Amino acid sequence: MGTNKDKAGSLDPDVVAKLQHQVEELKQQVDAGDYAAAMRLINELNDVRDQSLYREVGRLTRSLHEAIRNFNIDPQNPEQQEALSKITDASDRLAYVVDMTSQAANRTMDIVEEAMPKANSLREQAIALRADWHKLRRREIGAGEFRELYNRIDNFFEQTANDAEVLYGNLSEILLAQDFQDLTGQVIQKVTALVKEVEEHLLSLVVMASHVDEITGTVHDMGDTTTTIEKGEGPQMNAKEREDVVSGQDDVDDLLSSLGF
Amino acid sequence: MKILIVDDFSTMRRIIKNLLRDLGFTNTDEADDGNTALPMLKSGKYDFLVTDWNMPGMSGFELLQAVRADENLKNLPILMVTAEAKRDQIVAAAQAGVNGYVVKPFTAAVLKEKIEKIFERIQS
Repeated sequence: MGTNKDKAGSLDPDVVAKLQHQVEELKQQVDAGDYAAAMRLINELNDVRDQSLYREVGRLTRSLHEAIRNFNIDPQNPEQQEALSKITDASDRLAYVVDMTSQAANRTMDIVEEAMPKANSLREQAIALRADWHKLRRREIGAGEFRELYNRIDNFFEQTANDAEVLYGNLSEILLAQDFQDLTGQVIQKVTALVKEVEEHLLSLVVMASHVDEITGTVHDMGDTTTTIEKGEGPQMNAKEREDVVSGQDDVDDLLSSLGF
Repeated sequence: MKILIVDDFSTMRRIIKNLLRDLGFTNTDEADDGNTALPMLKSGKYDFLVTDWNMPGMSGFELLQAVRADENLKNLPILMVTAEAKRDQIVAAAQAGVNGYVVKPFTAAVLKEKIEKIFERIQS
């Protein structure tokens, strides 16, 4: 709510001057005992109030219409309203971001799950071969065992070359799966710009609405806005600068151990 | 060892499932929120619960409360793996009886450490 000066400033200066003049006149007539004239003046005062109210409501209606037009929605035409709604478009865009990130994550995990057993198998074979190789160096190996080892080493080299090639392919596919960042980044930037724009328009609507409340003297019941802890809030932004938020697992561990965990 | 993983995002469930497999826990099931998880827990003889907090339907915190209030489930070890990072929330989870709390994003090493710590404490 503004100060008294602000409230006076929100009325037409001519109206204010007229009001002041009439109040002065009203006082004189009451002092002089001319109550009939005083009553007439009070009615006139009421008219001035009503007229300035109508004028203000008219002005606000025009501004409101302008603000709605800035949202690119034509309220006369529901089909166009849907098609032109940038908000609907923004929701679609964000759904696209969820899809893209989900696809990239799943594609990456598919490849990783395919690659992991290969890496494991190479490791196990290398460990087994090294044990036999050490036996060979200590000359603890017979001719038959040596032939078998000879073949296994040969196979191992071949498999290593093949698997390394597959793993390299897997890694470069994982690299490519990160291309979502460019696309989703662009989409998010567009939606962010829209949110800023909407915020500005909404802000002017709020200012207008408070203006209406001011001249009509409306008081709103704001209701209960307290939130419950059960539902959760999702990731916190700027965690490092905030006192009420932990900045990482070490903070969580410190907090829990201070509680006796 | 049968483990239930509860998260509304399938990718996160998959990550946790993979990390648990690497730790030797291959018997895992998945649920996408508390409402799906609770009946599974009641009928499925699970030994361990890994849950997110912020989920549509029944949240992980509500699931934690429901499990602790259930005579047959109240001793089930629960690890919360969540992006919820407010001190008040962590204190509330501890008071509600959570056994471990991991904030996202997390590493494989942290998950391993917390799970091992929970089992150590249970066994001692």
